[in-house]
Formats: sequence, C-alpha cells, structure tokens
Amino acid sequence: MDFSRSAEQKMLQESVQKFVHRSYDFETRNRIVASEKGFSQENWDLFAELGWLTVPFKEEEAGLGASAVDLVIMMEEFGKAMLVEPFIATGVLAGTLISEQASSQQKAELLPRLMEGKLQLACAYAEQGSRFNLANIRTSAKVDGDTVVINGAKTAVLNGSNADILLVVARESGAAMDSKGISVFWLDATSQGVSIQPFTNVDGKKSAEISLKDVSVPVSQRLGVAGSALQALQDSVDRATLAISAEAVGAMESLLYKTVEYSKTRKQFGTAIGTFQALQHRMTDMFIECQLARSIVIMAAMKLDSNEDAIQKTKSVSAAKSRIGKAIQKVGQEAIQIHGGIGVTDELDVGHLFKSVTAVEIMFGNTDYHTQRFASL
Amino acid sequence: MNADFTPEELQFQAEVREFLQSDFPAEYREKIEAGMRLSKEETVRWQKILYKKGWAAPGWPVEYGGTGWTAIQQYIFATEMGLIGAPEPIPCGMKMVAPVIMAYGSEEQKQKFLPDILKSNVWWCQGYSEANSGSDLASLKTTAVRDGDEYLVNGSKTWNTYGQYADWIFCLVRTDNSVKKQEGISFLLIDMKTPGISLKPIVLLDGHAEVNEVFFDNVRVPVNNLIGEENKGWTYAKFLLTHERTTISGVPRGKRRLAALKRVAANTDDGFGGTMLENPAFRTKLAEIEIELQALEYAELRTLAALSVGKAPGPESSILKVVGTELAQEMDEMFVDLAGYNCLPFVPEQFEDGFQGVPIGSGDSASAALKYFNNRKLSIYGGSNEIQRNIISKAILGL
Repeated sequence: MDFSRSAEQKMLQESVQKFVHRSYDFETRNRIVASEKGFSQENWDLFAELGWLTVPFKEEEAGLGASAVDLVIMMEEFGKAMLVEPFIATGVLAGTLISEQASSQQKAELLPRLMEGKLQLACAYAEQGSRFNLANIRTSAKVDGDTVVINGAKTAVLNGSNADILLVVARESGAAMDSKGISVFWLDATSQGVSIQPFTNVDGKKSAEISLKDVSVPVSQRLGVAGSALQALQDSVDRATLAISAEAVGAMESLLYKTVEYSKTRKQFGTAIGTFQALQHRMTDMFIECQLARSIVIMAAMKLDSNEDAIQKTKSVSAAKSRIGKAIQKVGQEAIQIHGGIGVTDELDVGHLFKSVTAVEIMFGNTDYHTQRFASL
Repeated sequence: MNADFTPEELQFQAEVREFLQSDFPAEYREKIEAGMRLSKEETVRWQKILYKKGWAAPGWPVEYGGTGWTAIQQYIFATEMGLIGAPEPIPCGMKMVAPVIMAYGSEEQKQKFLPDILKSNVWWCQGYSEANSGSDLASLKTTAVRDGDEYLVNGSKTWNTYGQYADWIFCLVRTDNSVKKQEGISFLLIDMKTPGISLKPIVLLDGHAEVNEVFFDNVRVPVNNLIGEENKGWTYAKFLLTHERTTISGVPRGKRRLAALKRVAANTDDGFGGTMLENPAFRTKLAEIEIELQALEYAELRTLAALSVGKAPGPESSILKVVGTELAQEMDEMFVDLAGYNCLPFVPEQFEDGFQGVPIGSGDSASAALKYFNNRKLSIYGGSNEIQRNIISKAILGL
C-alpha cells in the first residue's frame, strides 16, 4: 500500500502550483471570466507547452497515460484557484469520448491537434427533460446515403461557445431511453443549422445552449460503430465527474483555509472570532468533510486506474460524487456563514469558491442522483 | 387549549383575502413568480394601495394612522400577504425607525416623520452595521461631534439595503469615546441629501447590488434630528432590534414556496420517464420540509398566543428566526436540486427591469441558484443565527 505521489506526479502538481502562483490570482481570474471568450488562449497555449493537455490520454495516443490519479492531482490545484480554462470540457469529457469511441483514423485527426492546444471541443449530450440520464437522448440522427441529418436541442454544453468541433450525441434508432441506438458525431461548430446561445455559468466557466436544425454530417464523422456510444459516453462523463470532484476538493480546501485565516483576524467582542468554541467545532467539521472528500476522490481515482470491472468503477465514481456533494453543502455554507456579510459579496473570493463548488454539486448528476445510481448498481 | 380563530377573526381573514385578490396588482405577482424584483416605484405604489385601504401600518397604534389590530389580526394579515406573495413594506421605515420615533422621539419628530412613512412618501434605510461592527454592533466607530446646533458626522456604514433609493437614513453614532462602548452611542436621523454623504453599491453573489456602503465626510446634522437623549442610543437600538426579530419566521412565505416546489417538481422530468414529484428521495425531503413548517407554525402560534395576552416578545423569537431562516435556505437548496443544469447559467441581468436580451431558462429554474446564493444572507442578517443562539443560551437556558 502506498498513497504517496510519484516523482512525476509531484512534478505535475508543482508545475500547476507554480502556474497558479504566477499567473492566476483572483483578480486575473475575474478579468479572464469577464473577457469575451471567457478563458485565456495564452494560458491554453502554455498548458499545451507544459504537456498538461496530454494527461487525459493513453501512451499509445501520445498521451501521458490517462491516469485518473494524475488527473485528480492536477484538478485539485485547478480547483483551488478556480481555473476557468476548458480543460475538463475539451480534454477530459470530449477527449475521453474520442479516446474511447473513435476509430484510430479519427483519433489521428483529432487528438494531436487537441494535445497541441489547437482544438477546442465540446460534448453536447444533455437535453431538456433528460436531467442526468445519459441514455435519454431525443436528438435524432437519420442516415441518408453518405450523410447523416441531425435534429434536436442540447443544453448545458460546456465550452459550447468556444468549441471548434462539437461532439453531438444523437439517437439513430430505438426509443428515447433505450441504451442501444445512441451514436456520437463530430461536426464543425460553424456547420449550417447549428445555432449556439452562449452564457457564463455560476462558476465562471463558459457554456451554451445549442440547437441543431437539419445539420448534415458525412457518415464518416460518426465516432465508432453506429448506435454503440452509450458506454463510452458514460465512461467519459464518469471521468469528467471525477475531475470536477477533484476540483471541488481543491476549492473546499481553499474555503477551509480562508475561513480559518479569517477567523483568526476578524475581531468581534474584543477577540478573534476563531477563539469561540462554537466556531472552532464547525471549522473542525469542515476539515473532517474536506478529508473525507479527498479520501473518496482518491479511492475513485485508484479504482478507475485498476483492473476492476466497469460496474465497480462507475459505482466508485457515484460514491465519490455523492459524498462530495454532501461535503460541498457543509463546507460551502459554513465558509459563507463564518465570514458573515462579507461572504455573500461578489468582491471576496470566498463567495466565488462557494459558487464554483455549487456548480460541481449539480454538474453530471447531483447528490441524490449519484446516491440512487450507487444503490442501483 | 385550541388554535382556532374566533368568528370575528375568520371574518377579518376573509376580508383580507378578498382585498388582496382584488387589489394586489396581477403584474406584480407575475413578476415575482418569474424571479424578478419590484422596482422602487412599484414597491411604493403597492404601499400606497395599502395606505388607501388604511392597512399600510399593521403594527402601528391608531393615533399615528395605524390599524390598531390585535397581534392575531396582524398575524392573519401577514399570513395572507405571505401566501399570495405580496411584498411586505421595506422594513426600515415602517418597522424599524417608526417604532423608535413613536417610543422615544419628540412631538416635533413624530409630526415631521411619521406621516410620510405611513404614506410611503419617504424611503428610509438603516445605518447600523459597520465593516468592523457586525455581530458586535456596539463597537461601532462612526462619530458625531457636537458643533453648536449641529453634529459633525464622520465614518461609514455598510449593508444599507436599498440605500440607493433612500431619502433618509437612521444611524447609530458614537458621541462619547470615554465611556463603556454601549454608553457612548446616539441615534441620529440624517437626510441623505446632506452634503458629504456618498454611496458605494455592494454587488452580492447573485450579481445584484441590493446593499451599499454609505460614507460620511464631515456631514452636518441638526441637533434636532437626535432621537431621545444623547448617549442613550443603545437602548433605542435594542428596542428596534427586538421589534425586527418578531414575525420573522416566514411561515406563510414558506408555505407558498412549498406549494411552488411541489408544482415545479410535478413539471420537472426525472429523466427516466417520470417526474421529480414521484422521486422517492425528493418526496421524502418535501415531507420533511412540510413537517418542519408545521412545527414552526405552531411554535409561532404559541409565541403569538403569549403576545396576545400582553406578554412582551421574549427571547423565544430567536427560535423563530433561526428555524425560519434555515428552513427557507433548505427550500432554496431544493429549488436548485429541481433545476439541475437549468440553474447553472449566471445571467443576473435577465431579472432586472428593462432587460432586452434573450432570456435563458425559465423563472423558477433560472433564478434558483441566484436565490440560493443570495439567501445565505438570511442566517447572517438581523442578528446572525449564532447571535440568536447566544441569546437563547444566555436568556433562556441561563448559561
């Protein structure tokens, strides 16, 4: 048994820490969020240069090895500083879907550009009414000779407004909730019939609503075999779920640290509020939550890297997401409460960390959903 | 023992219901349902409708133009207002400064200020908290130095709700530094148009600037605007805070939101062919909320029964504040649960007047996260829930 980080993992962590320290203070982040694209291309180029964009990919794809533990180590550091660059949308969610589902020719066309930082991607899977059920796909794909015509509407498409290429999940056959019949197509975001309504999420990341009206795509842009994409979609969303959970672990650590520091300096009734036992115990509970959150995320990462079967892997991701959700409410709400009025202002980073972890709580299935999924597996 | 209203009270309830149905503007109700705020003009217009009916000031005695209602009638009125979602008056004038003026103000001050509060001609804001004086209010530092017939006020106040709309502000100021902190405080009324006052909006987590910082730079205030005696302000401040704490439980509003939760849940797909109202975990949470609301309602009725036989509002009102705010926050979480992805977009401008763009999402779901963020304030303001627990442990448990 060994929970220590390898030399390479330490280097990866330090490299992210160094970047955050140098180039990602709270004011800089806010400027990036407020910019038109909502992320910094300069940072993205640097991520490529530092090799970070290879982390989600296997060695045979010229990646670093697709280790979930590596990913978690990186994402924790991202979360501490609330990075808004679309690493998870492009690299983890769309990247894993390509890695799991695409043919080698398709991978050769997409992955090198992705890892070089030349390609932004978005995975459009969720729909109004589908809630968190990945199999609930109503967007249709009808084959007509060499082309496929796609019709439907997608919601909550992370990085949808900046993507060069969209991975669209659509149904070729079967009823709305059948597990068979779901395919993924990649298409140019500027294709005729695609309309994109961009917005910024509560965590500062860019997202979009996308509608597809008679969008024509060559059949060759279907990833893998027709109607077979659900498993790969689930695996990709699971991996992205683990990644945002790790971001939340980092963000919660920031919340805890900032709250403890604040309680040492904020004086009321002639003394630092951190001297009140009522608050000390609550901050202790926040610490316990942070520790359990980190522990279960590490567990899930190790399971994903292991030889366990697919069900055990999925179950561990749901366990992590469910437990993280509980921790998020407790740590987030207590951090605000102990800060008092200043905690609900836009001016302080604490409120933004709270909003970021709240987004994690919802994203890819909320606490109730994952608890129920865990129970059902 | 019974919890029934008398026939007269039931008749009164019917009258209130009928009035609210016919006179509360439908467009306000729609706006509020859509997650939007009423503008200053709309709020004032609604207050003036109540004034015309003679119901603007339920808690005031008849001699000042109040209704003279019993505690139970006030409860019925507040309940019906809450059930229909009609906004209560912005409390700073009607519920905070007015009772202080009635109890401690001079005859001249009563004549000058109370009628305009009653008619909603003048908008008040509060000047209590300071950046370094929150829960420990008595440590406030804004000073007022006597200079002939005037005070010279310097310092700053924060969390001034809708200070941008306000014509007047009531302030706690330090007039004596040489004594115990509670003994050197005075209560001053200040015209917001006085030179030297400036405002800085504070944007909250929902993207809306509902509060402000107010700065005082050599602001000259006539001595006539002092309430009661100099250095007795802490007594008046405590009186005001006790008034603020009563009827804060929000049970009627809670019932309305519970009904809304059920309605929204019935219209929210669970993703597996059913609705969220059929989801066992969500149903359990709904039931828990409903049960808690019933417990809170009866806790409030017991307090009310004590009030109506002449007992003063006691520290028990702290229970209502703690439970009421925490329950409201739990319901915010449930709206977020229901909304799922639909509450992630941060588009606060779509809830402001005059928004021209394409709205994203629909009312209940689009505003769910914003309300969740904003309502974290509930357990912080009006005496934080930690302070309420201190009050209970000291005043009730004797610890």
